[in-house]
Amino acid sequence: MELAIFLMASALSIAASILVIIQRNPIASVMYLLTSFVSQVILFIMLNAAFLAMLQIIVYAGAILVLFLFVIMLLNLRREDFGKDIKLKFKPLAIAFAVVLLFETTVAISSSAMLERAQAQLPPEFGSVQAVGMELFTKYLYPFELTSILLIVAVLGAVVMAKKRL
Amino acid sequence: MLEFAVITGVKAFMVLNVLLLTCAWTTYLERRFLARMQSRIGPNTAGYRGLLTPIADLIKLLFKEDFIPAAAHKPLYLLAPLMAFIPAMLPLAVIPFGSTINLFGREINLVVSDFNLGLLFILAMTSLGIYGIIMAGWSPNSKFSLLGGLRSSAQMISYEIGLGMSLIGVIMLAGTLNLVELVEQQSSILDWYIVKQPVGFVLYLICAFAETNRSPFDLPEAESELVGGYHTEYSSMRFGLFFVGEYANMVTVSAVATTVFLGGWQGPFLPPVLWFVIKCFAFLFFYIWVRGSLPRFRYDQLMKFGWFVLIPIALANILITALFVLL
Repeated sequence: MELAIFLMASALSIAASILVIIQRNPIASVMYLLTSFVSQVILFIMLNAAFLAMLQIIVYAGAILVLFLFVIMLLNLRREDFGKDIKLKFKPLAIAFAVVLLFETTVAISSSAMLERAQAQLPPEFGSVQAVGMELFTKYLYPFELTSILLIVAVLGAVVMAKKRL
Repeated sequence: MLEFAVITGVKAFMVLNVLLLTCAWTTYLERRFLARMQSRIGPNTAGYRGLLTPIADLIKLLFKEDFIPAAAHKPLYLLAPLMAFIPAMLPLAVIPFGSTINLFGREINLVVSDFNLGLLFILAMTSLGIYGIIMAGWSPNSKFSLLGGLRSSAQMISYEIGLGMSLIGVIMLAGTLNLVELVEQQSSILDWYIVKQPVGFVLYLICAFAETNRSPFDLPEAESELVGGYHTEYSSMRFGLFFVGEYANMVTVSAVATTVFLGGWQGPFLPPVLWFVIKCFAFLFFYIWVRGSLPRFRYDQLMKFGWFVLIPIALANILITALFVLL
């Protein structure tokens, strides 16, 4: 049962991700990206990370992708603007990079430390809001705060660029 | 496992059907109440005092021509009503509408899914509701739809922030996101979160009105300027799905307000389920009342109000609540 759900969700996620990049219509691409996110949510829930799953929907599906759609809609692309076929100038280079990345991922996943962690027993409160909050505000406090500063800087920068006469 | 699946399935089926019926007859209630407020009579022909009007409406919608504009992006055009409809239905899955009952010797929880992150699940589904509106606005290739869709999605994104923030105060006091536990905490009227978090409740109320695109924030379908907003080009049952989705959103928002702020199914004398229904309908009546009394906002006023008034107040509310929790 669990295996079947995992296989279906991951297959859906991979298929949707591939469709995101081979689609020429940007709106359809965004919809496939949404599909991919939703199937990742299923995977998160199966990994006992329900909080992360909900955040994935609220932040990525609910906010970031909506902004993508917004921008694409405002650009108002016509169907002929999408282009017909994908021309890859750097095809050999792209293939080489893909192979290297695949190799690296395989090595990383099959390393003994990773396998050990995968088989470790989860604490009962794993993935709950409290547990994630404790980790964020104690162990990872500095990276967390630095990220928020980075985000604020980005927001301010965007506002300054967009509204010169404020 | 099988027993659990069957019980959950039956509960989900019942909740879904009750929700759809509620939506149908809320339209009737709205038209009747609104007519009273405007010194009209309202629908009174089909059935006793017009009680069968929703059924007549449904039959009319089903038999109308299902029209697809020639320049439409067909897959998205067909998908949009479902994307607006389904997220509106889902949040009711985590809302407890009663305590436990004994049926055939089994203890049955009157909630479809006792999910630990219920409140977050509801917010997640609300944020998915935008897709239906954006897709409906873009796909028919029509000016009115596009403008309505843009307005509506900008409005929903802005007020979603306020909606989430207005609930944070309650979450901090309660220390849980589980709606079943949240209701159990509010056993007496002094424990209701409307008493402990009045500012949060008012914020939630305003944001909920904007989030469901209802007057005085019904700009997406400002008929005097935009014809019909994002569903201008839809006809037949596809339009019906948007319509039912909007009412389902209203019911959901009322149910969440009841659960989070008004003590859910808690109440004296009457059975819990009845209390839940009474509170929900009081909230729905308030919706209609406001529609009958307030004029529509202008678009820039709406945005300014959301960003410069509601969100700062919500932040201040969170800060003060946090101080209270700490001290």
